[in-house]
Amino acid sequence: MKKKKAGKKPEKVKIKKIKVKKPPQPEWKTKPIGGMIFEAGNSLKYLTGTWKTARPITNYDKCIHCLKCVVYCPENCIKAKNDKKDHTEYQYCKGCGICAQVCPVKCIKMEDEDKFQE
Amino acid sequence: MVKTLALTGSEASAEAWRQINPDVAPVYPITPTTEIISKFSQYHADGKVDTEMMLVECEHSAMSAAVGAAASSARTVTATDSQGLAYMWEVIPIASGLRLPIVMQIANRALSSPGNIHCDHGDSMACRDTSWIQIFSETAQEVYEHTLLATKLAEHKDVQLPAMVMQDGFITSGNLEKVKVYNDTDVRQFIGSYNPTYSMLDLQKPHSFGALNLHDSYFESKRQQEEAMRNAKKLYLQIGKDLSKITGNKYDYFEKYRLDDAQYVIICLNATGGTTKEVIDRLRAKKKKVGLLRIKLFRPFPYDEIANALKKARAIAVLDRSESYGAYPPVFGEINNALNLLKKKPKVQSYIFGIGGRYIFEKDIENVYSELMRNKFRKEPQYIGVR
Ligand code: SF4
Ligand code: SF4
Repeated sequence: MKKKKAGKKPEKVKIKKIKVKKPPQPEWKTKPIGGMIFEAGNSLKYLTGTWKTARPITNYDKCIHCLKCVVYCPENCIKAKNDKKDHTEYQYCKGCGICAQVCPVKCIKMEDEDKFQE
Repeated sequence: MVKTLALTGSEASAEAWRQINPDVAPVYPITPTTEIISKFSQYHADGKVDTEMMLVECEHSAMSAAVGAAASSARTVTATDSQGLAYMWEVIPIASGLRLPIVMQIANRALSSPGNIHCDHGDSMACRDTSWIQIFSETAQEVYEHTLLATKLAEHKDVQLPAMVMQDGFITSGNLEKVKVYNDTDVRQFIGSYNPTYSMLDLQKPHSFGALNLHDSYFESKRQQEEAMRNAKKLYLQIGKDLSKITGNKYDYFEKYRLDDAQYVIICLNATGGTTKEVIDRLRAKKKKVGLLRIKLFRPFPYDEIANALKKARAIAVLDRSESYGAYPPVFGEINNALNLLKKKPKVQSYIFGIGGRYIFEKDIENVYSELMRNKFRKEPQYIGVR
């Protein structure tokens, strides 16, 4: 009997090249003095994902949706939907590898970020 | 009405504060600056000012409270020296980085250890790279007037940087001098009100102070601070001219005493200028072409103007009242940089004196001039008065 595939297809098994969007930064002449910040929640625009050297790739075929990675991710960038792991927000993921460490079935693999850069 | 009073340097600082009537003064007294705070507390107790005095638990808290007050658009002053300044140090670059025009009085005192309460400039020199405006003063009169100038300069919209006004601990801060105190109304009109670009209490336009600015944005803020310092250099003269209208005195970057035709020049800061001028008068009577350049504005540093003033000198001695261990002392380093701008560089010798309050006598100054005249130059800084 053919086993029924659980969950989603593996996330980005094939490496797709991406262009890294750098957050816009003003020059010194136009920047507000004192490093002042005027809007609430503007850290959303600060794409910490541009820092990473490794990218966590989840094999959703093996994932048992225990959501341990969701809880442990220090950037809160692994998103769950209907009690299932849904996706990773790479624009904020710093590539720390904690998710890969805590995953009980070892279905997250850290890939070299260079491979994804254009 | 101009009043002539007998005031110590500390009392002159407090007198300036009384006229400025700052909104907040977070303080933690330390010798020899204590006298400034005690005198001002008296004005406060007598109802002569409506400043909110905050007696905090240490200098770190004093500067932290000053940062909070200034960020909430309160005109803020404080005073310290030596270990107090060292203890404040963590918050010193925060005040300038947040562009808060706090004006601080410093009665210069040697740093521990060994323990010492007497004058040298090691405390404020340790802050020379923190983006604070630094103004050095020879007399109680200058302390008073520099405090007024510093307040206006620090708060200017193109500057918005904190400032420290220096005087020699005990030598100036503790000695009685004749001080002309100008009319309260005139001074208050000159000082005006403090209108910062950003206020923490602006509820219409809320914003965060002290946010994280990492590798991709911090550098720009620092570049702005450099620009503010360059503006401060220009505005120092402009604001000085406005103050002249009240005081009749001139506010140059440095004092030139019989310098124009001088061949042998001493450069120093603060009260030692007075001793040097005595010696100059005596040597001039003997037809010796000696002069003094006493720096007032040390940060921002007036390189071009100093180079220009020294271009006719034959030999220069720089007297530093602080050390930069393992390197040339701070004032010498700056003068050397300034002299490098000249096509024909005069000879220059570094001297270190007065560390930990060690006396400097007229005969010591005379000896420096005599060494310049005898063309006695050595690579290493020479020590005056060390056994
Ligand atoms: S690598 Fe780190 S930041 Fe990225 S998803 Fe995993 S735990 Fe979160
Ligand atoms: S820890 Fe592993 S198994 Fe659990 S949800 Fe995350 S990827 Fe799936």
